[in-house]
Amino acid sequence: MNVQEALEIVSQTHSGMVRSHNEDSVFYDASCGLVVLADGMGGYNAGEVASGITVSLMSTEIKRRLESVRPEEKDSTSGEDIGVVLLRENVQKANASIFSASQSQPQYAGMGTTVVAGLFYDNRVAVAHVGDSRMYRLRGEAFEAITRDHSLLQEQIDGGMISKEDARSSKNKNLVTRAVGIDAEVAAEVNVYEVQVGDIYLLCSDGLNDMVEDEEIGATLQMLQSNLPLAASQLIELANDNGGRDNVSVILVKVKGEFAVPSGWLAKFMSWFRN
Amino acid sequence: MAAKLILSMDGVVLQEYVLDKERMTIGRKAHNNIVIDNLAVSGEHAAIVTILNDSFLEDLDSTNGVMVNGAAVKKHFLQNNDVVEIGKYKLKYLNEQQGQATAADFEKTMVLRKPVKTQQPNTPQADAPGAGSAAHMQTQVNIPPVSAKHEATTGRFDTAAPQAVAAQPAATLAPAASPAPAPGAQAQSGTAVPTAAVQILSGPNSGKELDLVKNLTTLGKPGVQVAVLTRRPHGYFITHVEGTNRPTVNGKALDEHPHQLNDHDIIELAGIKMEFYFK
Repeated sequence: MNVQEALEIVSQTHSGMVRSHNEDSVFYDASCGLVVLADGMGGYNAGEVASGITVSLMSTEIKRRLESVRPEEKDSTSGEDIGVVLLRENVQKANASIFSASQSQPQYAGMGTTVVAGLFYDNRVAVAHVGDSRMYRLRGEAFEAITRDHSLLQEQIDGGMISKEDARSSKNKNLVTRAVGIDAEVAAEVNVYEVQVGDIYLLCSDGLNDMVEDEEIGATLQMLQSNLPLAASQLIELANDNGGRDNVSVILVKVKGEFAVPSGWLAKFMSWFRN
Repeated sequence: MAAKLILSMDGVVLQEYVLDKERMTIGRKAHNNIVIDNLAVSGEHAAIVTILNDSFLEDLDSTNGVMVNGAAVKKHFLQNNDVVEIGKYKLKYLNEQQGQATAADFEKTMVLRKPVKTQQPNTPQADAPGAGSAAHMQTQVNIPPVSAKHEATTGRFDTAAPQAVAAQPAATLAPAASPAPAPGAQAQSGTAVPTAAVQILSGPNSGKELDLVKNLTTLGKPGVQVAVLTRRPHGYFITHVEGTNRPTVNGKALDEHPHQLNDHDIIELAGIKMEFYFK
């Protein structure tokens, strides 16, 4: 199965119940296994500009590069998957582009965005993120976040200063310690995970997980996994019913089959033949 | 508004302390920020660490211990109106951040970072993520230069060196967004709707009643026919999830959209009839 046949992807975004405009941007393309979600911040429309730059730059650049390179191959200098390098480099490019726009145009000063992106290839997913946009995974009964926020609160949790339960009532939510476009450079955190058939991946902006408890997000995906578009609209509805204080965006990726890259010479030949 | 502690004994207010330092100590000895000169109080009895809008109380291995709202604690995340007891003394914690926050300045994502980087973009990236938690304890707010915008303001928080913090009263932290916790928001939505149930009218489980206590309840057989009942602030809805046949409500098949349920509606799903009603 190629990655396009193996993945079912849906997405929805909503400005929420309070905000007048939507500063989130989303992109997905099953044909190259790429999903990107960004949550912008900044006055006027600067937030939309920052998230929009990130999503369009990452999607066009990575798609273009994938025409000539294979994500599962190893990079000759770093030894990492090319897919990992592509994500990291393009977050950096988006960062440079936003940073220079905000330096040159006063109305964009200080704009930035969080981002979470996934590139699916060879039964794996490379996940890059900056800030507090998240990726979760539902595998069987287990629902968990596979990204860890770059936020003050997460650092407090990691440092043992505050328990996860107490963190829910913290007044220090929404303080991110990393964002795209704020400084001249940014380090995206990139990890690679094995993918199993049946997994559902959720990418979301904090408008979802600030309004809806993880358990409820997980239960919703579990119950509605057979109807992905309904699951996506249900999640948005839950966030809005709970107050919808922020823009809320979700991308859902369901793994319907294996998408391993053929490895033997015969398999390679056959796959070439099929094309 | 920085958080405060009101010191009292036997109902008489003695003193008010603004939690304007990152760490404040309570004890009998004179060097403490909050001095309680009583033999039941240890030299250094307890400390309060404040990070932006959150304060944490810590017992400094005192002889007689610390109580919060009647329970002994070693470490405690202070909430508005908590009463801290040290011996006969009471310290009431007041933090009205949440009440003052308007919906508009709610939930704005802001960036925390070190000022060094703006001034010297060439500095290596060693800072942001993993820097020891001690570094993050000292936090100072710079109101962003361009903040005319109200909707979706981007604040910029610079984690500064400790000395800088000491010089900068924490009161300036107040304008930061102070989001209410999600659980509270959920409680609201949970209580607004009257309880409802479905009772099965046919088939082997006939007579059984199912209370709709969750926001989502699925009905049916996975792989064959499934519908979901959703509880929302303005009522209950049924939506088709999967299966070639669609459930009917009062004999009418559902389309793609959620259908609001009325009292005593009859649902038919996978050959089973059931009745929806409010309790």
